[in-house]
Amino acid sequence: MATSSNPLAMMALDDLRVLEIGDERGAWCGKLMADMGADVIKIEPPEGDPSRQYEPFVDDQPHHERSLFFWYYNTSKRSVVMDFNDRSNADAFLKLAGSADIIFDTNTYDPVGRLGVDYHQIMSDNPGLIWCTITNFGFGSVRDDEPHTDLTLAANGGFAWMNGYDDHSLPPVRGGGQQAYHTGSNYAFMSILTALLHRDATGVGQHINVNINASVNVTTEAGSYSWLVSHSTVQRQTGRHAGVAPSMPSQIKCADGRYVNTGIPPRRPAEFGLCYQWLEDEGLLDQLPEAALLLVGAELESFSLADVFRGDNDELLAIFGAGREAFDLLASKLTAYEFFTKAQNFGFQVGVIHSPEEALEDPHFADRGMQVTVEHPELSREVIYPGAPYQLTKGSWGITRRPPLLGEHTDEVLSDLG
Amino acid sequence: MPHHVKSKALSHLRICDFTGQLAGAGATKFMAAFGAEVIRIEDPSNQGRWDILRGMPPYVDERRGNELGGPFNNHNVGKLGITLNIKTEKGRELFERLVAISDCVTENFSSGVMRSWGYDYDVLKEIREDIIYVSNCGFGHSGPYEKFKTWGPIVQATSGLTMSSAIPDQPPAGWGYSYMDHTGAYFMAMAIMLAIHHRNRTGEGQYVDVAATEAALTLNGPVLLDYTVNGRPLRRDGFPDANHSLSPAMAPHNIYAAKPIPGSFDEAWIAIACRNDEDWHAMRDVLVADGCDWAANDDYGQLSGRMGAQDELDKRIGEWCMRRDPFQSAELLREAGVPANAVQTPEQRIDQDVNSAEARLWPTIRQAEMGRVRVDGIPAHFTKTDWSMTRGAATLGEDNDYVYGELLGLSQDEIAGLYEEGVL
Repeated sequence: MATSSNPLAMMALDDLRVLEIGDERGAWCGKLMADMGADVIKIEPPEGDPSRQYEPFVDDQPHHERSLFFWYYNTSKRSVVMDFNDRSNADAFLKLAGSADIIFDTNTYDPVGRLGVDYHQIMSDNPGLIWCTITNFGFGSVRDDEPHTDLTLAANGGFAWMNGYDDHSLPPVRGGGQQAYHTGSNYAFMSILTALLHRDATGVGQHINVNINASVNVTTEAGSYSWLVSHSTVQRQTGRHAGVAPSMPSQIKCADGRYVNTGIPPRRPAEFGLCYQWLEDEGLLDQLPEAALLLVGAELESFSLADVFRGDNDELLAIFGAGREAFDLLASKLTAYEFFTKAQNFGFQVGVIHSPEEALEDPHFADRGMQVTVEHPELSREVIYPGAPYQLTKGSWGITRRPPLLGEHTDEVLSDLG
Repeated sequence: MPHHVKSKALSHLRICDFTGQLAGAGATKFMAAFGAEVIRIEDPSNQGRWDILRGMPPYVDERRGNELGGPFNNHNVGKLGITLNIKTEKGRELFERLVAISDCVTENFSSGVMRSWGYDYDVLKEIREDIIYVSNCGFGHSGPYEKFKTWGPIVQATSGLTMSSAIPDQPPAGWGYSYMDHTGAYFMAMAIMLAIHHRNRTGEGQYVDVAATEAALTLNGPVLLDYTVNGRPLRRDGFPDANHSLSPAMAPHNIYAAKPIPGSFDEAWIAIACRNDEDWHAMRDVLVADGCDWAANDDYGQLSGRMGAQDELDKRIGEWCMRRDPFQSAELLREAGVPANAVQTPEQRIDQDVNSAEARLWPTIRQAEMGRVRVDGIPAHFTKTDWSMTRGAATLGEDNDYVYGELLGLSQDEIAGLYEEGVL
């Protein structure tokens, strides 16, 4: 099991100070920077970031220091409380902005307007400053005053249209885990890094305007390009790509009631042969009368998938059908995990459908260090967090501190400013 | 060399790029939009078809072929394209000369492909001391599943994203596309740029191992902490419940069937989310004014009452939503301050939503054979070094003359000879 970062090791962004001003929409962007070593100072209103009140709580006891939602999105950050409704804080804010390399805000608290400070002055006093705004429709949009949440942005931007079931009396599905906000934050971080590399080369900072709705829109694969290229519209299907035309199911329930995604079933001569061998290994040949067709398939000269899709070659269709039947039979005899690992060892691109916690505990991810232990001394606990989204070998990822208590660093940060 | 005014944000960077499909190609597409010189290498011996999206539908017209695939064009806008057979001796020599003048080498092959050609980080580092080598593969380059193969749906399945996208008492709905091919590419772009910043500070290059499955695992954080801290798994009765919201707790919060729009699809849907009591009170007033007296029930006045009565609320709100098309209902609710939005079709969000034009989100580019076609743009704008997209995906070997001639200094005769030998 990995532990959080080595305090002596250099981290890729540990030369940067970042001010995070805003709500949950930008917190993921802040975490991505903080876990790479940036000194991310989260400026919170006196009552604390709203997400401190979000479920779930440690032991289900609601408290602003026990929100697991807040914990997850705020590792490695420091917390400074500053009341933007009190104009006497303008000087401290300007000093903080003057010390920052990056400011990102979700246009929630409007420090510039409320404190009466001059945005252009801040930018000209600190010419290398990168200021990134993350809003629902882009700063300045005619729609940006509308009320929205992750759900309604997923509906507006195209996620929801894509996800759901073959049975269209069931609703489209948002997808779990606030992915609209994640996607906006992912683009914010990519944009900030782009501006940072430009600053490395020139010393020049700038403003970046990130649009969450637009981020969702360009994260829908065929949903967008089918329309852009050929004015065709994809329709949702259970557990597989939404399609302009219906496709075959690819999600099978296994012997233990859990599911696998069968990806692309056998479709090459060698794969038909491997499929036959797998049935033989499991002692299932006599339960599949069509198994002999797999051997015919294994002896085929190469053929084009177009020959299959055209649907007029009965032998090919029967062979492909036998491959699917073989997968169905194997799934009915094996657990989802067995089906997954055995199929992959035969070279088939199959995936077990893990719940998130099963993924975290899967031996592969555990082996690669995806369980990271973080000390929470106030609760006398060690807490396991998910680990690195990418493995840099130098300047690498790490959780440098547990999420901050409300205003934990106000005094140290403001006194350092003098 | 490449046309048009380009962003200067990354114009000082050159990437020697083997990426393809979307999980890799999306990363270098982003960087190319900001001016990075991305040199995409394709194998002439199979016409670049390692990338299965080459030649895949949709198509702009009735023509079909290796240069006409809509998705391939979409994901490779703004990159240079060269051919190079790396299995030939001359091909290897040219590749190594390219590495010597590049900042990064990027690829998203299955594990072991680069090594089978004799290249890993240590070899690349001998060619260029500060090279950055970023490899993106489904399960990463170590561990029990190192040799396992993935594409987007498999990444989503094994990381928990498929399972967490479902409604109660139904199988996983999953993601109706390769969300993790897009998002894996985003993490790959982050990793490339993080490594470049590290190099800018220290002079050191490095190897980066990006596993899309691990990036995906980080996208369900609060659910995972609920398990590691409270011992509460997402696999439990009544869950997942992706259209409701427990974290934070909101009710009502769902996607409801709405009255279809004449002339459009025979189904229409609306998403509604009441963030707090204030939102509910505003929605209640809209409903009561529309004759829904049930909404005035005091039991619904506070969150705890609404959370406990979600089924009943959903049923009644669902009935109300059938009165109007989803755009009309959403506007009524939003004017009252309540988050609501139609589940937009591709046409609605791309061509009818005012935000598309405001965001200049779908630039029209020109690809040599397809002609003018719209593509996914970048959902951000910069005041000083904004992105641009003008040129579509390169046709096979389209930039051989520039790269081999201008960058590597080969003569036209030498280049012609390389074609004859099957190197290009």
